[in-house]
Amino acid sequence: MSSHRCDISLTVNGEFVAETVDARTSLVDFLRDALVLTGSHVGCEHGVCGACTVRVDGMIVRGCLMLATQCDGSAVETVEGLSDSGEIADLQKAFEQRNALQCGFCTPGMLLTAQELLAQGGVPSREEIREHISGNYCRCTGYHAIIDAIEAVAQARASK
Amino acid sequence: MKPSPFAYAKAKSLDHAIELLSHPEARLLAGGQSLMATLNMRLSAPKLLIDLNGIGGLSGIVVRNRTVEIGAMTRHAEAARSPDIARHAPLIALAMPHIGHAAIRNRGTLGGSIAFADPAAELPACLLALDGEVEIAGQTSKRAVKADDFFKGLFETALGPHDVLTAIRLPAATTQTRVGFAEFARRHGDYAMVGLAAAAKADGQALSDVRLAYFGVGNTPVRAKGAEAALAGGGIDEAVKALASDLDPAADVQATAATKMHLASVLLRRVTQQLMEARP
Repeated sequence: MSSHRCDISLTVNGEFVAETVDARTSLVDFLRDALVLTGSHVGCEHGVCGACTVRVDGMIVRGCLMLATQCDGSAVETVEGLSDSGEIADLQKAFEQRNALQCGFCTPGMLLTAQELLAQGGVPSREEIREHISGNYCRCTGYHAIIDAIEAVAQARASK
Repeated sequence: MKPSPFAYAKAKSLDHAIELLSHPEARLLAGGQSLMATLNMRLSAPKLLIDLNGIGGLSGIVVRNRTVEIGAMTRHAEAARSPDIARHAPLIALAMPHIGHAAIRNRGTLGGSIAFADPAAELPACLLALDGEVEIAGQTSKRAVKADDFFKGLFETALGPHDVLTAIRLPAATTQTRVGFAEFARRHGDYAMVGLAAAAKADGQALSDVRLAYFGVGNTPVRAKGAEAALAGGGIDEAVKALASDLDPAADVQATAATKMHLASVLLRRVTQQLMEARP
């Protein structure tokens, strides 16, 4: 009934995956080590920094605070998937244009977090953008450029 | 860091979860937003994790008989969006934006937060301020425990080793209900240095049944009973004075005891202002 090794099957970025994982393997370690999807980063490993943010069944979660085995039957999406599908192409472009990244370590998590806010529609205030990305640390930019980029995309999408 | 090895079992039902709890070193896994962090840092090393996420019927918000019942596995994000919570449990609605961050609220559960009983967390204090209770399923029976009797010590509650917290129950707000909430945190969504959740009944221009539950100032959420009585008597200055005997915070990594006492008095004035305002 209980086990240290768990068989899981799920979809990752739309592709079916079946693997056997250690019970203690976090979702983000599974994505990086077993599937070599290294866009999701491992920072603090206790839920503070947001670098490991991924989407599970349509909602962003901390990849370090969810076990891989808990994703059995789920649909997991990473920055690689959102990038390949073009879902966040405008956001990526805006990050680049506005220097919203320097070292880039936080960027995948920032993009997924920003996309969740933007997917709600409308143009959020800068305060709302700040609140929504408050769980994602950036140690380079000072955040202003990130907020500029997210705000610009919100306005651009709203005017389409 | 990585957690110590453990076995994992996905409980199929509440009874199954309770049966699995006969393992001497098992922990229940709800949203995991606190537990997984402590495992990753090896602050604890259970041998078995019992995942509650597959059990049906443990989540959802129901309002009946002037009571708001919130299933233990209800996610913060669901409560934050709920019109029933906004209308019937407005203190919970006020607290929600302060709990973690968007990704944490998507996963974290109300029952998990209360069962974990972090003394700096928002929801235990809200439960205490609202004079709520928790429903607990044990090996042989169910029981309800009032918030005043639930929080026993640092991360210690009335939950026994074979118990599962299944729901929290709050008295539904009436037209007389007044609530207030404020906290100081260094970063939005972080655990508070000091916070205050409050509820009262408007009685003309005065307040009665005042309940002030501070968090981040002791081993459990702490009621400021002297200040409660003083506020019901109408004196905010007397209430602030009473905090000196109500609270005895220890210094921690975030602030000295004196700073916490000062912040507690600032919060009391802010929250009292909220209590005095009529609900929109």
